[in-house]
Amino acid sequence: MSSKVIQAMYNDDDILMSAVKETRAAHHHIEEVYTPFPVHGLDKAMGLAPTRIAIVAFMYGLCGLSFAIWMMNYMMIQDWPQNIGGKPSFSFFYNMPAFVPIMFELTVFFAAHLMVITFYMRSRLWPFKEAENPDPRTTDDMFVMEIGVDGNEEELTSFLKSTGAVEIKITEKH
Amino acid sequence: MYTFSNRLKTFSFALMIVGLIGITWGFLNTPSTIEEAKEIVAHNSQDSHGSSHEVIVDTHDTTVNDLHGESTAHEEGHDASHDEHVFHQLKNRPWSALYVAIFFFMMLALGTLAFYAIQHAAQAGWSIVLFRVMEGITAYLPIGAVILFLFLVLSGMHMNHVFAWMAHDPSDELLANKAGYLNVPFLLIRSAIYIAGWIWYRQYSKKQTRLQDEASEGDNTHYRKLFKASAAFLVFFLVTESMMSWDWIMSIDHHWFSTLFGWYIFAGMFVSAITTIALVTIYLKSRGYLEYVNDSHLHDLAKFMFGFSIFWTYLWFSQFMLIWYANIPEEVTYYVQRFEEYKVPFLGMLAMNFAFPILLLMNSDYKRLPWFIVMAGIVVLIGHYVDVYIMITPGSVGSQWSFISPEVIGAALFFLGLFIFIVFTALTKAPLKAKGNPFIKESEQYHY
Repeated sequence: MSSKVIQAMYNDDDILMSAVKETRAAHHHIEEVYTPFPVHGLDKAMGLAPTRIAIVAFMYGLCGLSFAIWMMNYMMIQDWPQNIGGKPSFSFFYNMPAFVPIMFELTVFFAAHLMVITFYMRSRLWPFKEAENPDPRTTDDMFVMEIGVDGNEEELTSFLKSTGAVEIKITEKH
Repeated sequence: MYTFSNRLKTFSFALMIVGLIGITWGFLNTPSTIEEAKEIVAHNSQDSHGSSHEVIVDTHDTTVNDLHGESTAHEEGHDASHDEHVFHQLKNRPWSALYVAIFFFMMLALGTLAFYAIQHAAQAGWSIVLFRVMEGITAYLPIGAVILFLFLVLSGMHMNHVFAWMAHDPSDELLANKAGYLNVPFLLIRSAIYIAGWIWYRQYSKKQTRLQDEASEGDNTHYRKLFKASAAFLVFFLVTESMMSWDWIMSIDHHWFSTLFGWYIFAGMFVSAITTIALVTIYLKSRGYLEYVNDSHLHDLAKFMFGFSIFWTYLWFSQFMLIWYANIPEEVTYYVQRFEEYKVPFLGMLAMNFAFPILLLMNSDYKRLPWFIVMAGIVVLIGHYVDVYIMITPGSVGSQWSFISPEVIGAALFFLGLFIFIVFTALTKAPLKAKGNPFIKESEQYHY
């Protein structure tokens, strides 16, 4: 079964914002909105759930910290506790200040990189990915709101016209 | 306009009275002769924590022995000098406790003044609605700084031995080499200049914002004057703050030096000041006085608390780790003493000033909850009080310290009461909205 979508184009982010609010108020399901730049408050207007990426970043940071502690405790204290320049290698705690720079850096390293990789995976981004924008103008100066069509084509078109759309397209979504 | 509620006024007076009793108790309980001092030490070592004192005395003895060389030959003389040393430490206890409190509350007002000047110089748009709160807090500065100056005068008159370098010891060659900088008249002149400069900016900025309130629409002359004065003050502040930290804090351990000490004091001062601003703001808002302050303003203050707590820890660790790593005897004694004699407050303060705020204030939703900020703020303020205590007490009181004692708590409560009284009295003097500021609209609608 092929599903049809209606694409309403806007040329101003303020008009887009009010259109999104009106569409939500009229209980039409917005599938996607394409914008050339971040529109402040758009996610709230669309009712998108807040991101949880900060939470995973915190957990990745904890992993990095644990990894650093485990690594240095194993290498410097357990496996081969040498006397290097009189530094006390009797226990992890005695020698901890010397490990802190590495503990800090690995925490940041894990948190930052794993968070970025998580972002790429969740938003499906990779080098040879095919671009998904419905109209090349959405990367330059146009905003597109995409709404699923289920038999109410005429009604939806006139509704979107009334919200300030400058152009309306109906396409098959694959 | 804010009206000072009678309950808060009574509360501040109660704090001052309780504090005064504690301080008086502290002064009455200092030994007046070396024999009494010996008795007090003997009595203390019978306590439950006697064993820890035992260890402390041991390490202390070894350091003294090292300094004096052939200890057996001077056994008699060494014992007598040790007793006199302990006598002076015990006599210093109430003075040192007083100095911690004087410096801590002065530093809250001074840090707020620096934050205020930065907001003006940076033309920040969010913080205008908090300016009158900050001006209220800085009202403590003229009084607090003058009290601190009087304390320095009394120390210079040898009323106490908090600053050991003020007692002329001809055998101390290290000190003789520093005498060009560390001498009482020069110290007092320098201190007077710092204090005068700070008070001048505080009075000038207060006058200019009041005039700006009355200025006609579009007339920003006073705003511009304030901008220029703030930029100039910040230059003056950074130089004097750094020198102040050498003079008023670092000189207590007069054989020790550290280059980032001024920054370290600044970081502690700044985070405590921002916390104070947040607490006073939350209090006033809960009483319904700041209807245009929203949770985005609180969120920003909490972000500053979070960021500067980490900044403070960064400097604390940089200072500690460099000295620990290189382990040069003349520098490391500073931390050896703190580790051996002050372990609980020394490490406890690190937990309160770093681990606690980093975990509580990391979540962005929690930074908008007033009770969360209050809880974190109280821990941060107590943590930085302990930090100031750890900087001042080891050099003046040595192993004879006790944090939970009437003179320490009394001094803290007295100056807390005085601080509350002065700050909230000052808040009644002007409308709580700086309506003449050109950024006031932006600040009222600030949203994050």
